[in-house]
Amino acid sequence: MARVVVEVMPKPEILDPQGKAVTGALDRLGFDGISVRQGKRFELEVSGELSQDRLDAIHKAAETLLANTVIETFVVHVEEEFVADAAVGAVEEASA
Amino acid sequence: MATRIGVVTFPGSLDDHDALRAIRVCGAEPVSLWHASDSLRGVDAVILPGGFSYGDYLRCGAISRFAPVMTEVIAEADRGMPVLGICNGFQILCEAHLLPGALIRNDVRTFVCKDQRLRVESTDTAWTGAFGLGDEITIVLKNGEGGYIADEPTLDRLEAEGQVVVRYLEGNPNGSRRDIAGVRNERGNVVGLMPHPEHNVDLLTGPSLDGRPFFTGVQSFLAARV
Repeated sequence: MARVVVEVMPKPEILDPQGKAVTGALDRLGFDGISVRQGKRFELEVSGELSQDRLDAIHKAAETLLANTVIETFVVHVEEEFVADAAVGAVEEASA
Repeated sequence: MATRIGVVTFPGSLDDHDALRAIRVCGAEPVSLWHASDSLRGVDAVILPGGFSYGDYLRCGAISRFAPVMTEVIAEADRGMPVLGICNGFQILCEAHLLPGALIRNDVRTFVCKDQRLRVESTDTAWTGAFGLGDEITIVLKNGEGGYIADEPTLDRLEAEGQVVVRYLEGNPNGSRRDIAGVRNERGNVVGLMPHPEHNVDLLTGPSLDGRPFFTGVQSFLAARV
């Protein structure tokens, strides 16, 4: 078992109206000087051993469905691994 | 024999019935298609209607793009079948990579609902052949995520190849790059529109009949091809 996190963000050059709205609301609340961009976080509970094949498949899933790489980038993190002998804390970064 | 035009109903589709009605009003035979079926029921053309398929979860059109019916739509589009995506349908076609680019939340951060002036800039498509190049028309526009976006090289290519089908006039309502309201694929059989021509086929409910040529145009296109 492992928990893998996929984080998706709008590309820097893409307008982020949600982030802008949050930035404006924070400013009105007195939290000035803060600029927000809003993305998404997916927590994937993965059964079985987290092999490289499995990680590759998750990467493919992120690219296929979780992110639209026309407008978004994504990063895959292994957050927690519950198998004693497997590498813990491996991080794979991807930006498409 | 009347042209058979299918309209796909996804869970959360909103304008499927208006599209079916527009097809009938414009002289073709409307055929209901179902998202979970892999049959296109032998139709000659397909419309992906507006609405909020799968609740717009994840991203607009992202989940619908993988509905069973879409496998058939993509295969037939690749063989040249006319496919029109309206609003949510446009979003689905972009997610399916049948059209370039993507649609993001309106820059004005509000839902937009208005009678929109447009200019027709490509008549070399399966759906816009009944218009004259440069025709100015009024079509209902209603969307929350209608901002058309693509990288600069893609936008340059779309302009150079004449793939911009309609452009917004009298102000950009949603932040779409280069005022783009609709695009086509290279072949011209697949068209995506943010405005809703199916709402402009009857003067009882709209200010113009400017939606009709989209539905008559595809029939002429198909008749000429046979």
